Amino acid sequence: MTETVVIAELSKGKISSTTNELVTAASKLGSNCTIVVPCTESSVANEASNIAGASKVIAAKSDVFANYDASAWAEAIDAVAPSGIIITAASAQSKDLAARLAARRSISVIQDVIEIEGTTLSTPIYSGKAIQNVSVSGNTAISVRANVFAPADNTGNCEVQVIDTTGNVATALKEMVQRASQRLDVSEANIIISGGRGMGTPANFSHLEEIADKLGAAVGASRAAVDTWDEIPHSMQVGQTGKTVNPNLYIAVGISGAIQHLAGMRSSKYIVAINKDADAPIFQHADYGIVATWEDALPVLSSSLSGLLG
Amino acid sequence: MVNIAVLVKQVPDTNSKIQIAGDMVDLSTVKMDISPYDEFAVENALQHKESGGGTVTAITLGGAGADKVLKGVKALGVDNIVRLDADGYMDSNSLQSVLAEEISSGGYDVVYCGKSAADTGAGSTGPGIAERLGWSSVSNVTEISFDGGLTVTSPAEGGNAIIDVSLPAVVSCDKGSIKVRKSNVKGIMMAKRAQVDVKAVSPPASSVTIVSQVMPPAKPAGKKFEGGDAAQTVAQLLRDEANII
Ligand SMILES: Cc1cc2nc3c(=O)[nH]c(=O)nc-3n(C[C@H](O)[C@H](O)[C@H](O)COP(=O)(O)OP(=O)(O)OC[C@H]3O[C@@H](n4cnc5c(N)ncnc54)[C@H](O)[C@@H]3O)c2cc1C
Ligand SMILES: Nc1ncnc2c1ncn2[C@@H]1O[C@H](COP(=O)(O)O)[C@@H](O)[C@H]1O
Repeated sequence: MTETVVIAELSKGKISSTTNELVTAASKLGSNCTIVVPCTESSVANEASNIAGASKVIAAKSDVFANYDASAWAEAIDAVAPSGIIITAASAQSKDLAARLAARRSISVIQDVIEIEGTTLSTPIYSGKAIQNVSVSGNTAISVRANVFAPADNTGNCEVQVIDTTGNVATALKEMVQRASQRLDVSEANIIISGGRGMGTPANFSHLEEIADKLGAAVGASRAAVDTWDEIPHSMQVGQTGKTVNPNLYIAVGISGAIQHLAGMRSSKYIVAINKDADAPIFQHADYGIVATWEDALPVLSSSLSGLLG
Repeated sequence: MVNIAVLVKQVPDTNSKIQIAGDMVDLSTVKMDISPYDEFAVENALQHKESGGGTVTAITLGGAGADKVLKGVKALGVDNIVRLDADGYMDSNSLQSVLAEEISSGGYDVVYCGKSAADTGAGSTGPGIAERLGWSSVSNVTEISFDGGLTVTSPAEGGNAIIDVSLPAVVSCDKGSIKVRKSNVKGIMMAKRAQVDVKAVSPPASSVTIVSQVMPPAKPAGKKFEGGDAAQTVAQLLRDEANII
């Protein structure tokens, strides 16, 4: 019986539904699943006890979990997590943690798993231009891409064990700089609407923001937009030298679909492209393509969404 | 005087087409280059040296072909270039063991690396090495100020964290506002003559085996519409077919 250890993913201090997806991934790899919840207050962990398929929840309670410090988190989690296959989310922080935990236990780490077939794990390589299938002997740590596995439902009920733990904090948080806008970051969003050079001016991104607000989406950008306009920060850039995103829906507006842009978004579940050039490469990857200027298409999209979303 | 190491990796040029021969990727005709984020790591390493004095050593693990990348960073002003001689696949455990050993024996104070390599996309190497060395690390760093220790900026939920880091530490670098320098003719000439310090390594066996490398499954052809009014149809499809909105 292979033991699996899911490290719960938290968002705004709560267990996020990504954790349910991790439990589904765990069920493909082993039969005994422990969820470890890094927390400062153990009550946070109670929600995880409902996730069907988990046999146990460990609330790993420590002050070190107030802010992310890679070495302290790895030490504190390692001390309470059973041995087995470690499974984390593929957010930037959790990938970092997976690598730390693996190194701590001298096991290998496999990042961004998108498929599990028997003992074979698949991950994108060369920015998604190819897929690598690997098999592993012994324990390993894996991070699992969001929106790939169906979330386990919340019909379970297992025991929660609270264990105090600690680690040495090696870095010092000086300041948290909150983003000026309340808008989501592209790396946190399930829907993203991105603009490229075809938007013409940075001010025109307000049309994307309007739609983003209706959908609860983040606004992204191509590198051409980021490089051309100071108002569009690099934190919005999607692609090879920007962020890799994996949302349910990616809407590309005035973006040609260069290979380096595709590298960051091609694994999105649904892709919509709005471009005035019918031959733009982005259309080869779009589930739904609209050959039109954004000036023509966005107002229609906006009012249709208002109609549908009420 | 800070003893600085920077990790650089040779990867296929990001513009190149990836092809499969048999059941593995065939890189024989692909142009190779330094991994994009490693350029930021090199720039940060050089700026660190310029801020307080020290030496910068670029380290790569790879075959003889990777010497080109080392010469490229030598031309930018790196002092020493080291290649750990190994070809073929290594899992993260083997790779990091070898790199960590080299860093430990070289007596470095700080290691810069890319936030992820363009081939693996993993982002495992920086934090993994730091854990093996018992060092602190910060990943995906966009800004650094050098003042004895380091003050770095790294994304956190809802914004950015500004973090003080004392050395020794591993910093994995994202693109930030810094501009990377370009080499000049003098640098390139000097780099041509530079010797790569090639070292033999004995990595532990990998526990991961590559079964196959394949092209991503082809997406079914999408639906394409003409004219802005089609946005209404698409919105409806996003509800009825995709179940997203
Ligand atoms: C090492 C390297 C790394 C890179 N990393 C990245 C990266 O991370 N992310 C990234 O995005 N790029 C990256 N690039 C750049 C990439 O190659 C492209 O140059 C870039 O993606 C182009 O951006 P774009 O599509 O916005 O601009 P363009 O290629 O100029 O395309 C603009 C598009 O807008 C359309 N358009 C114009 N007007 C309208 C209108 N009114 N309505 C609708 N459509 C309109 C045009 O038909 C065109 O298709 C990288 C390049 C290199 C070499
Ligand atoms: N074989 C290697 N030689 C030198 N540096 C490497 C090697 N592999 C990874 N690195 C460094 O680690 C970073 C992250 O790589 P990865 O963990 O594979 O995403 C790279 O950007 C390099 O800086």
